Amino acid sequence: MLLLTCPHCGVSAEETEFHPGGEAHLKRFGPGASDDAFAGYMFERANPRGVHFERWRHVFGCGKWFHLARCTASLEVFGAYPADVTAPPEEILAKIRARRPGWEPAPAAKPAAKPEGDA
Amino acid sequence: MADQMTGGAMRWARVAGRGMIGLRLDLGDAALAGAVTGAAGVPLPAPRRIETAGARRLAWMSPDELLLFLPAEEVPAMLEAIRAGFGDGFAMAVDLSEARALFRLEGPGAREALAKAAPVDLHPDAFGPGDFRRTRLGQVAAAFAQVGEAPETFELVCFRSLAEHMATWLDTAGAPGAFPGVFARA
Repeated sequence: MLLLTCPHCGVSAEETEFHPGGEAHLKRFGPGASDDAFAGYMFERANPRGVHFERWRHVFGCGKWFHLARCTASLEVFGAYPADVTAPPEEILAKIRARRPGWEPAPAAKPAAKPEGDA
Repeated sequence: MADQMTGGAMRWARVAGRGMIGLRLDLGDAALAGAVTGAAGVPLPAPRRIETAGARRLAWMSPDELLLFLPAEEVPAMLEAIRAGFGDGFAMAVDLSEARALFRLEGPGAREALAKAAPVDLHPDAFGPGDFRRTRLGQVAAAFAQVGEAPETFELVCFRSLAEHMATWLDTAGAPGAFPGVFARA
């Protein structure tokens, strides 16, 4: 059971009040993109054992989308941050590094998973 | 069923004749927020709170949304007054009176009945008078507020299409023997 705090309304609740929206920071490839780039955007997802960035919606509450950094192995939540960014903010990365020494954001190997402007 | 009261530790009734106005605006914009509070005569609620003035209540729904409860007959004039206050501002006031059903829960078991179905800390220290929470009750989207203290009284809204379900659920949750008494012992 995940305990999440919505960064918009400040409500702390367990995960059933929220709805997951999949991997965060995907870069969209649309018309004009190569087939490989589109296939990557459409199908390829990171599936890490450890730190993961996700989109969530406070569906039974204020209805707003936000981003969440959490650990898929321990279910530890590192923090939530606004939906309108293309990469995790430095404060979230700092929190993760404090809890996971040596951890670094995954290099943008695939176009689909590329976090733009990654710090 | 509309006015049915159930016995036991929790009494409930569906409240009729209450209008609701949905408001979308930038709550930080003093002119827009003032148009609402000025017309309604209710102060602006803090996040996750509800404010009451007479027969009107103003609830904080989300960072850009309020819900105004008022007597149904006041709705048309209130809409006009709020819209006039908004002027050309980027804001919206809509009559949502028929969108949601309003219930009133009363008695020492009301808090516990809600706690059985909502993922909310309903301990009296964590949720008290004037607190308002949008959440779910069972599988149903709902919002409730504590509006009275002695006896403890809560008001609950859910979408009207689910009102029958909510009524059945309240009867079940309020049945004799359905209260473990966790808050009474706390």
